[in-house]
Amino acid sequence: MTRASRPAGATVTASLRRPGLVRRLRGGRWSAPLGIVGAVVVVAWLLVAALSPLLAPRDPLAQDLPRLQAPGSGALFGTDALGRDVFSRVLSGASVTIPLALLLVVLSVVVGAVLGAMSGFFGRWVDELVMRITDLVMAFPTVILAMVVAAALGASLFNAVLAALVVSWPAYARLTRGLVLGLRTSNFVISGQLLGISSWRLLARDIAPNVVGPILVLASLDIGTAVLLLSGLSFLGLGAKPPTAEWGSMVSDAVANFDSWWLGLFPGLAILTVVVAFNFLGDALRDALDPRSVTVRGGGPTL
Amino acid sequence: MLTSLLLLVGVTLVTFILTNLVPGDPVAASLGQRAAEDPEIVARFRREYGLDKSLVGQYLTYLGNLLHGDLGTSTTTHRAVAADLGGAVPATMEIAISAIVLSVLIGTVFGTFAAHRRGRVSDHVLRVVSLAGLSVPTFWLALVLYYFAYYKLHIAPGSGRLSVDFNVPPKITGLYTVDALLAGQLDTFLDAVAHLFLPVLVLTLYTVGLLTRFIRTAVLEVLDQDYVRAAHAKGLPARTVVWNYVLRGASIPVLTVVGLAFGSLLSGTVLVESVFSWPGIGSYAYEAASHLDLPGVMGVGLVVGTTYLLVNLLVDLLYGVLDPRVRLS
Repeated sequence: MTRASRPAGATVTASLRRPGLVRRLRGGRWSAPLGIVGAVVVVAWLLVAALSPLLAPRDPLAQDLPRLQAPGSGALFGTDALGRDVFSRVLSGASVTIPLALLLVVLSVVVGAVLGAMSGFFGRWVDELVMRITDLVMAFPTVILAMVVAAALGASLFNAVLAALVVSWPAYARLTRGLVLGLRTSNFVISGQLLGISSWRLLARDIAPNVVGPILVLASLDIGTAVLLLSGLSFLGLGAKPPTAEWGSMVSDAVANFDSWWLGLFPGLAILTVVVAFNFLGDALRDALDPRSVTVRGGGPTL
Repeated sequence: MLTSLLLLVGVTLVTFILTNLVPGDPVAASLGQRAAEDPEIVARFRREYGLDKSLVGQYLTYLGNLLHGDLGTSTTTHRAVAADLGGAVPATMEIAISAIVLSVLIGTVFGTFAAHRRGRVSDHVLRVVSLAGLSVPTFWLALVLYYFAYYKLHIAPGSGRLSVDFNVPPKITGLYTVDALLAGQLDTFLDAVAHLFLPVLVLTLYTVGLLTRFIRTAVLEVLDQDYVRAAHAKGLPARTVVWNYVLRGASIPVLTVVGLAFGSLLSGTVLVESVFSWPGIGSYAYEAASHLDLPGVMGVGLVVGTTYLLVNLLVDLLYGVLDPRVRLS
C-alpha cells in the first residue's frame, strides 16, 4: 500500500494517538516535586559512580591513615579498622553497586520480557512451562533463594547479580505475558499474521512497542530493590569480597567495631539515599505513564 | 491442592539442583580445610549423609524420607532438620506475625487517611514516609536502632529472644510471649516483648510502606464507587461510611497484598535475624546456605514454601468471607 492510497481516516487516527512519551512525562504529575528531587539525586549519584576515582580524596583501598579515627578534618567520614578513608570508600562504593544494580534490572527485564512474551504469544506448553517456573520462584522468599544461589556459586559480586537475577525475572515475565496475552488477539496483530509475517517479527515490531511502558515503570521501581538486594547479599558476606568498597559489606564490617558508629552510618545513608531517589523517580514515572493511576487534576472526590 | 503439592516438590527439586549442579562442594564447605584433605574422612562423611549415591538416588531417598516426616540430618548442626526447624519456625513466626499485624493496623490507618486527603499536604507526607520506609536497608536500620536503643541509651534489651537471667517458658506454641502468658510468668512475658520490639519495628517499617501505598490506591478506587456516594447521600456518618462501606470494599485487594507482604516479611527476616541474633529460620537458612547444607536448605525451602501456600490459601478463603459474591468451588 502506497502512501497516496491511504484512506483519509489515517491522519485522524494518528492525531488521536496517545500523547508521546516525552509529552506524557512533562504533563501530568511528572512535575511533582518528588520526582524531580529523585531525578536530581539519581543523577548526582550516577555522576559520583562515574567519576569516583576523580572525586575520592584518597585511594579507597589504601591503608595509610590512623585507624578508627572519628570523622573530622583529617577524614570527612572517619577511617575504618584498617586505616582506610570511609568517605572515599563510600564514593567508590557507588561505582560498585549502582552499575551492578542497573545491570541486574536490565538482565531481569530482558530474560523476563522474552520468556513472558513467548509465554503469552505462543501459549500452550510454553506458557504452562514458563508460568510454572515463575510460580516456583515466587513461592520462595527472594532473599533466601538468592542466598542459596549466591552461596552455591561462591561469594562474588557477579554471582550475587546472577543470584538476584534468578529471583527477579519472574515479575517481568508475569507482566509481559499479561500484556502480550491482551494484544495477541488485537486486530493489528491478527492482520500481521494474515499477511504472513513471522511470529518473532510480529513480537519484535508490533507487540514490543506496546508493552514497553508498563515494563519501564516496573523496572524503574525495581532499581531500588536491586540495590537493596545486592547490598543485603554483600552484608551477609555473599557478595563483594573484602577489599572491595561495597556499601553492604562496609555496614557488615561496622558490626565488629560497634563504637565506631561512622563505619556503618555513612554507607547505610548512601544506600538509603540511592534507593529513595530511584523510588521517588519510579513513583513519579508510574504516575505519569500508568493510565490507570492518572488522576483528574483539580477534581476527584475529596471526602 | 494437587498443584500446591507439585509446587512443594518443585521447591525441593530446585534447591536440590541448585545445591548440586554448582561448583560449591558441600563436603569442603562443612568439614573445613584439614578434614577435607583426608580422603577417609571425606568418604565417611559422604557415606553418612548419603552423598555417595547417584544424584537421582539421593533425591528419591530424600522424597521417600519426606513422606515419613523425615527432613534429613543437617550437615551443619548434625541434628535432625525437622527438630532444628521446630525450634526456628516459632521464633520467626513470633516476629513475622507481630510485624504483619502491626503493619496492617498502621497501614490501614495511613492508607485510608492518605486516600481521603488526596493531593493535600498530609497525603504527600505519607507518600514520602511510605516510600522512605520501602527504601531503608533493613540490615542497616536494625544496626542503627540497636546501636542507639541498646548500646547508647540502654532502653532496649540486647540480642536474642530472652535475657540470660530468664528461663525459656514451657513450650506449648513455641512463641515465648504466648507461652509465658500461658504459664503465668508475667516478667518473662515482658522480657520477651522487649526483645521483640526492635526486630518487629524494623520489619514493620518496610511493610507499612508497602501496605500504605496499596491501601491508599484501593481506598481511592472504592471512594469513586456509586455505593459510597449513595451512603454519603443518605446521610450516614462519615465514620460508618469508612468502616462499613469503604474499608469493606477495599478489603479484597488489600488482603491480596497482605498475603504477598507476609511473603516478603519472611524474606526480610533473614537480614534482621542476623543482626539481632534471632534464632529463627532466617538465621538457620543463612547458616545452612553458607555451608551448602543441602538438607537444611531444602527444609527451609519446604517450610517457607508451605507457609507461603498456606497464607495464600487463607487469603483465598477470606475472600469468600469478606465478599459474599466470591464463592469458592
